Amino acid sequence: MVITIALFLLLWELLVLLLQLPAFILPAPIQVAERFVRALSDGSLLEHGAATLLEVVSGLSCGVLFASLLGYLLAKSRFLENVLQPFLVASQAVPTIAIAPLLVIWFGSGIFSKVLICALTVFFPVLVNTVVGLRAVPENLRDLMRSMRATPWQTFSQLELPAALPILLGGLRIGATLSVIGAVVGELVGSDRGLGFLINVGRGQYDTALVFVGVLTLVCLAVLLYSLVVWLEKRLLRWKLD
Amino acid sequence: MTASTASVISLQHIQMTFHDQNGELEVLRDIQVEIRPQEFLCVLGPSGCGKSTLLRMLAGLLAPTGGQLLKADNQQLSVGLVFQQSNLMPWRTVLDNILLPLELRGVPQDAALQKAQDLIELVGLQEFTNVWPESLSGGMAQRVAIARALIQDPDLLLLDEPFGSLDALTREKMGAELLRIWQARRKTVVMVTHSISEALLLADRVLVLSQRPARVLLDLPVRLPRPRGEEARYSAEFQAMAKQIRGAISV
Repeated sequence: MVITIALFLLLWELLVLLLQLPAFILPAPIQVAERFVRALSDGSLLEHGAATLLEVVSGLSCGVLFASLLGYLLAKSRFLENVLQPFLVASQAVPTIAIAPLLVIWFGSGIFSKVLICALTVFFPVLVNTVVGLRAVPENLRDLMRSMRATPWQTFSQLELPAALPILLGGLRIGATLSVIGAVVGELVGSDRGLGFLINVGRGQYDTALVFVGVLTLVCLAVLLYSLVVWLEKRLLRWKLD
Repeated sequence: MTASTASVISLQHIQMTFHDQNGELEVLRDIQVEIRPQEFLCVLGPSGCGKSTLLRMLAGLLAPTGGQLLKADNQQLSVGLVFQQSNLMPWRTVLDNILLPLELRGVPQDAALQKAQDLIELVGLQEFTNVWPESLSGGMAQRVAIARALIQDPDLLLLDEPFGSLDALTREKMGAELLRIWQARRKTVVMVTHSISEALLLADRVLVLSQRPARVLLDLPVRLPRPRGEEARYSAEFQAMAKQIRGAISV
């Protein structure tokens, strides 16, 4: 993997050298690295990175919380599912990117509109996985819990939650990467901080190296979140891995 | 042994009819049975006749649409349930699966652990205490399920074709195992089975149900001496009873 990356960087450097590309079209890796160090030392990268991270984490938590709550209700009630199904499918058919400008108009260019976009992005995959996960709980195990007169809370904590957890975490894994996209889309549409804002600034000033720094940081952020969920899966699903 | 004559549970004119969009389905008709303390009762009958429905009713998972279930002292019975599939929780180790019923009742850990260890020993799974259920064979998983059913010291042990998914050899071994456990713990057992010989080898009493709607066709005490080894199968008494049951079922 290290070799692949080194090779890639070398190729990139060569391309810039051979084609004599100006830095505002394609900066050399070394320029990107320099810009990265500068952005890091003047604090701007940390500030904007932290802003995006905050949006992503809050949006992800809200989205997961509401989606799993609603998913639980839907899994329990066919009636509710039948009533809400068309709305849910329709809401999913609307791309979040398309309504991001609306949300920014309605809720301002502050953090709230981004958290909302994030939450909406992760909402559907987590919701679907919650319903599928809970429906997959074996009926016989429910009977078993009932025959032992388990309370509703015990049935939830000892049966439904652990049984649905693998599918639930699968939804979270998809949601984690999606939420980064959601936050950046929101920031690109309108904001005064965040990595999307940083990218916009770079673009406006023909500081393409800064755009690269922003994109790479975003990739790192997404990978970090993804790895976090994978780590969580390893911790919580030990019985599946051994 | 206390020779109590009162029944653990008494089924009086039990009626069960399911309703759905296709109309009604009468499953049980006028079932009349007394289940006595510490007896081993086997329920036989054609597939789909409602044996499992009867068992689910005894487990308190289903209320009859007619008739009465009378329990001794009018108390709610504690039941231990074993299905055809072991239905272990894959995210719990063998030990934790067995502990589940006590955990739900909030029994202190030390006492619970002691009981679980005793049961693991009784079913001979000491080496598998901390293993995930996935790595157990079918027979071993069923032993864990039996241990789990027994740990709360239930008034009634209910077995729904517990060896139905095992191969013939394992099945015979598990039958003997179950008898040993039953003799050690002296529980009242109700077991649904498809196998006439299994019923005759295990039971004190065999109940034969008819096609749906199920009625009791035959209530047959099995007075073969215990222990019933392999030879018991070939005794004239055994053969005669098997013939009688087969005759009743095929009517």
